[in-house]
Amino acid sequence: MAGSTPASPTASPAAATGAGAQMVSSPGGEAWRRFRRHRLALGSAFILGVILLAAMLGPFVWTIPINDIDFNARLSPPSLKHPMGTDDLGQDLLARMLYGGRISLAVGLAAMVIAITVGVLVGAVAGMSRGSVDAFLMWLTDLFLSLPQLPLLLLIFYLFNDSLKKLVGPETGVFILVVAVIGGLRWMPVARLVRAQFLSLREKEFVEAARALGASPARQVVRHILPNAMGPVIVAATIDVAAAIIAESTLSFLGLGFPPDIPTWGRILFDAKDHLDIAPHWALFPGMLIFITVLTINYIGDGLRDAFDPRRVL
Amino acid sequence: MTQYLLRRLLIAVPSLLGISLVLFSVLALAPGDPFGELAANPNVPPEVAAELRRKFGMDDPVLVRYWSWLTAMLQGSWGFSFVSRMDVDLLILQRLPTTLLVIGSSQLLALAIALPVGIYAATRPYSIFDQIASTLAFIGFSLPTFFTGIVLILIFSITLDWLPFVYRADIAETGWRFYWEHFRQMIMPVTVLGLFQAGSWTRYVRSAVLDVIRLDYVTTARSKGLPERVVIAKHVVRNALIPVVTLVALQMPAIFGGAIVTEQIFRVPGIGSLLISAMLANDTPVIMAVTFVFSVLVILCNLLADLLYGWLDPRISYR
Repeated sequence: MAGSTPASPTASPAAATGAGAQMVSSPGGEAWRRFRRHRLALGSAFILGVILLAAMLGPFVWTIPINDIDFNARLSPPSLKHPMGTDDLGQDLLARMLYGGRISLAVGLAAMVIAITVGVLVGAVAGMSRGSVDAFLMWLTDLFLSLPQLPLLLLIFYLFNDSLKKLVGPETGVFILVVAVIGGLRWMPVARLVRAQFLSLREKEFVEAARALGASPARQVVRHILPNAMGPVIVAATIDVAAAIIAESTLSFLGLGFPPDIPTWGRILFDAKDHLDIAPHWALFPGMLIFITVLTINYIGDGLRDAFDPRRVL
Repeated sequence: MTQYLLRRLLIAVPSLLGISLVLFSVLALAPGDPFGELAANPNVPPEVAAELRRKFGMDDPVLVRYWSWLTAMLQGSWGFSFVSRMDVDLLILQRLPTTLLVIGSSQLLALAIALPVGIYAATRPYSIFDQIASTLAFIGFSLPTFFTGIVLILIFSITLDWLPFVYRADIAETGWRFYWEHFRQMIMPVTVLGLFQAGSWTRYVRSAVLDVIRLDYVTTARSKGLPERVVIAKHVVRNALIPVVTLVALQMPAIFGGAIVTEQIFRVPGIGSLLISAMLANDTPVIMAVTFVFSVLVILCNLLADLLYGWLDPRISYR
């Protein structure tokens, strides 16, 4: 019975009643049915959806410009006119948070796409080829895993920031750099995961059958192996979004990320930390939002892990 | 054991070389030129600038430059800090003990929380205690260190005024007062780092113990009549710790990242805040050296993890 212990503590183990009566059609539908059993994950998905919608549509509803300076309302606490208060220049924090949410979430998603693409590519190549190519790619993966990420992130940022800014403008330049560096330093766990999946799936009977029918290696990978390896990859992708959001906020919080006129959540927190004693609301709102976003994404990842694990009975 | 240690040390050399190669390529690929200012300065004739470039080997092939950089790093001549006006290796030696002290005590705190809580939660899966512990662990590793730090400052320094929020290396007290002041100012940085680690470690410990606790040999130990305490401590935990050590070693780079942020928030005079201030002041030799030191620390921690395997799993030593 060693394998039947559910890995997640938050799913209720006794919630499997009435599942047998339901006809399950597709693997996707099955995963969704199992995901819904994880109540915290479902609630998190809802909250994250609200945050996403607010970031996407909010600036159209809340139309105060992010750089509207009003010295009469400096550092004012939350009120009806400014639901999240204002900063030291009297700029409306709600508007800045909505705008910053767009950037923070976009950075998270884009960095995740890069990390997953590189990771799946390296893992698939290493898993399909034997011998020296596999050994070299895994050595490279281990090497990247032992790099100190934040110092390296800061180093690359420090060295390349200025010239890229000149090349494509401050906002796009920083965005490209942040996304590329965060994504480029987070592909290793995915590569290991995909390689391990490939090593076991490659020897399965259904792949052998495809091989016997004359499927080319590319077709074997794309049609037969990769779809079966995607479950853990999707979970890793979810967690990577959260990690990338934290990495971007950390960079901005250290004063090295986006410039001051582009208010990401980390940047707002960085500007707020010197006024903690008189305007705590300024730091608490962005901090809480980062925390809630990361927490909900992590819970969704937990729910997906349960949903994709075929050994679990839900 | 000695042979195992030697073999592990030999394996560490290529990864150290690889890391140095990555660092150097980043530096070499960077568009900035240390002599850029010189070339733009009208008071320096172009011949002098070219002579300087030649003298410092700027025009050599990349491999030659890498080799001379590497040998210089290995010999301990790490350059001269433009800002602090002293040798980089002395500067880092000054700052390193503080960083190691803060990181080390926070790891001890994280272990002291994660081990008992994770083991206790795994022995009673899905109990109330387990659910609360798991939720708290989830919150713990979802809270970014910079936010916990700010909240702690807000509560304990500004509202309650119990703890100082600026770390001072020069405390004008002697004897017991000196140590007490040091302890007081270390509480918040250590708590921030420790709680963050404790969150993810609790989850690792819990799932590792849960994997082991259902195995047949544990049932055998119980049916021999061993008390539950001995079964857990001697049979379960020792084997459960093997995957935990792997995960902890893999987390080391993240821990150093957290340390940089924490040092920055609380103004701890360690190498993390040295790195940030060097970046803001364009002090390249210091930046390169600190990054290198962090890499070496990560490799050392991996080595330590390998030694721990040998202790936890006696079969490994003889392989």
